[in-house]
Amino acid sequence: MTKTLPPIITAENLTVGYEDNTVWQDANFTIEHGEFVAIIGPNGSGKTTLFRLLLGLQQPVQGTIKVFDARPKRGNEHIGYIPQRHVIDEETTLESLELVRLGFSGNKWGLNPFSKDDRNAAFKALKSVGAEELAHRSLGGLSGGELQRVFLAEALVSEPHLLLLDEPLSNLDIRREQELVQVIHNVVRERDVTALLIAHNINPLLPVLDKVIYIANGKVAIGKPDEVLTSESLSALYGIQVEVLRGSLGQIAVIGTEENQHHYD
Amino acid sequence: MIDISFSFNLLTDLQMMWQYDFMQHAFEAGTIIAIIAGIVGYFVVLRRSSFAAHALSHIGFAGAAGAVLFGVDPIIGLLLFTSGGGITIALLGRRAAARDVQIGTVLAFMLGLGVLFISLYSGYATEAYSILFGEILGISSSDVLVTLIASLVILLLTAVVYRPLLFASLDEDVAEAKGLPTLFLGVVFMLLVAVATSISVQVVGILLIFALMVTPAAIAQRLAKRPVHGIMISIVIALFATWIGLFVSFYEPYPVSFFITSIVFVLYVLTLIFQRVNTYLSTRKMQFHNHDG
Repeated sequence: MTKTLPPIITAENLTVGYEDNTVWQDANFTIEHGEFVAIIGPNGSGKTTLFRLLLGLQQPVQGTIKVFDARPKRGNEHIGYIPQRHVIDEETTLESLELVRLGFSGNKWGLNPFSKDDRNAAFKALKSVGAEELAHRSLGGLSGGELQRVFLAEALVSEPHLLLLDEPLSNLDIRREQELVQVIHNVVRERDVTALLIAHNINPLLPVLDKVIYIANGKVAIGKPDEVLTSESLSALYGIQVEVLRGSLGQIAVIGTEENQHHYD
Repeated sequence: MIDISFSFNLLTDLQMMWQYDFMQHAFEAGTIIAIIAGIVGYFVVLRRSSFAAHALSHIGFAGAAGAVLFGVDPIIGLLLFTSGGGITIALLGRRAAARDVQIGTVLAFMLGLGVLFISLYSGYATEAYSILFGEILGISSSDVLVTLIASLVILLLTAVVYRPLLFASLDEDVAEAKGLPTLFLGVVFMLLVAVATSISVQVVGILLIFALMVTPAAIAQRLAKRPVHGIMISIVIALFATWIGLFVSFYEPYPVSFFITSIVFVLYVLTLIFQRVNTYLSTRKMQFHNHDG
C-alpha cells in the first residue's frame, strides 16, 4: 500500500502551439495514478491541444511532456480516447457492439474470423458502463447520452490506463450530464484508471474531481478544485480581476471573463 | 440473332445458354464482378464516397477511350486512369468526399477528353458505346482471366486492410489516435475502388457503375447491423441482379445493363417502402402501448 506509483503524466516547462503562435507556455504539472482531472478554460485556450500532445499527434514547442514515463507516441494502447464532436454517421444502422469491437481489434491487420475475443471484450466494456442493452441498437438511433456511453465503452475496451475525454458532456441535459459523470467516476474508481476530461461547465464534475487544470490566457493552473477555483488564482491566471461565486450547493460561477456568457446554456 | 425460346425448365435453359461461349464468359465474369462490386461497394457507401467512385469511373472513361485510340486494351487505360485519379482524390484527404465541385470539374473535363479520343478514333462508335454502357456479352476468355486475377488481388488486399479500413471509415478520429495510418488507408481504399470500377465497366459500363457498386451496398446498409452481414447482402443483391439480367437478356433483345440497373432499382425502392411501413407500424404500436400504460 505504501508503494508510490510514478506519475502518469509529467509536464516540465511545457510550451505548445504552432509555429510563431504559442497556445500556452511554461506549464509544469504532474497527474498521479488514478486521478480524475477536469480541464476547463475558454474556447480556443488549448485544452484539446493537451490531448493531441498526449496522443502523439502534435509535438511540444518547448519543454517536455511524458506519459507513462516516456515521450508520447501515436497508437499508445494504454490510452483510451473520446474525441470532441465525435461524429458517427446519423444514418448508420450498424449496431453499437460493432463500434466497440473495432476499439478492440480495429487496429489489427488481416482477418481473424474465428476469434470471439473482440466480441466478448466489447460486451464486457458495454456492460461496465451500463450499456449492455444498447449492444444491438443502431448507432444512428441513439440519443446523445447513449452515444457517449458507447464511446466510453469503445475507449475502455482495450483496457487503457489513461482516459482522455474531450467534452463528453456537451449537448447533454443536466440529468444525463450527471448520469454520465457518475458512470465515468465509477469506471475511474473500479478500474483504477486515470482520467482527463475536458468540460465547459465544472459544476457537474465538482463532487468527483481530484484535480482541475485551468487553461486561460496562455497559462495553465493546476491543483485541487478548492485551490484553483478561487477569485485570487483565476484573477492571477487571466491577469484581470475575476470573481468566483459559490452557490448554496457548492456550485461555482466565474464572473468577469468572457465565457460566463456561455453559462446560461 | 439467336432464336431460342424459354422452356420453363431452369436446368435445360441454363444448359442451353452455356453451350454458347459468350454466355459462359458472361456468367463467369459477371459472377466475379458482382462479388467484388458488392464488397468494395459496401465500403464506398460506408465512407459516403459514392460521388468519388462515380468520378473515378468517368476519369476511367478518358483512359479507356485513350487506350482504344492508341490500340491498347481499354482495361489498361481504365486501370491507369482510375488508379491515378483514385490516389489523387485520396491524398486530398477524407474531406475530399465533400469537395463535389472540384471533383465534378475534373470529371467533366475527363469526360470531355474521352469524347475527344473517341472522335479521333476512326473505328466504330460501338467501342464508345460499350465503354459507356458495358458489353458483357462480348467478353472473351482472356478478359475473364484478367477479371479473375484483378479480383483475387482485390480480395486479398481487402482481407488485409479489412478491420483498419472499417475502423477508419466509421470512426476516423479514434482510429487515427490508435495509430492507424488513415491517409494510407484512404489511398488503399481508392485503389480498391479503381480496380473494381475498371473491371465492372465490362458489365454495366461507366455510366451505370452505380448499379453494381453503390445501389446493392446502399440497400445492404439499410438492412444490416453488422458489416459482415452488410457485405453479404450487398454481394447477394449484385449477384442476383447480374444473373437475372443475363438470363433474361438471353431471351429478350434488350441490353443486359438495362435489366441489371432495373432490378437493383426496384429492390432499392422496395427496401425504402418496406422500411417506411415498418417504422410507421412500430411507431403506431408504441403509441398504442403508451395509451395503454
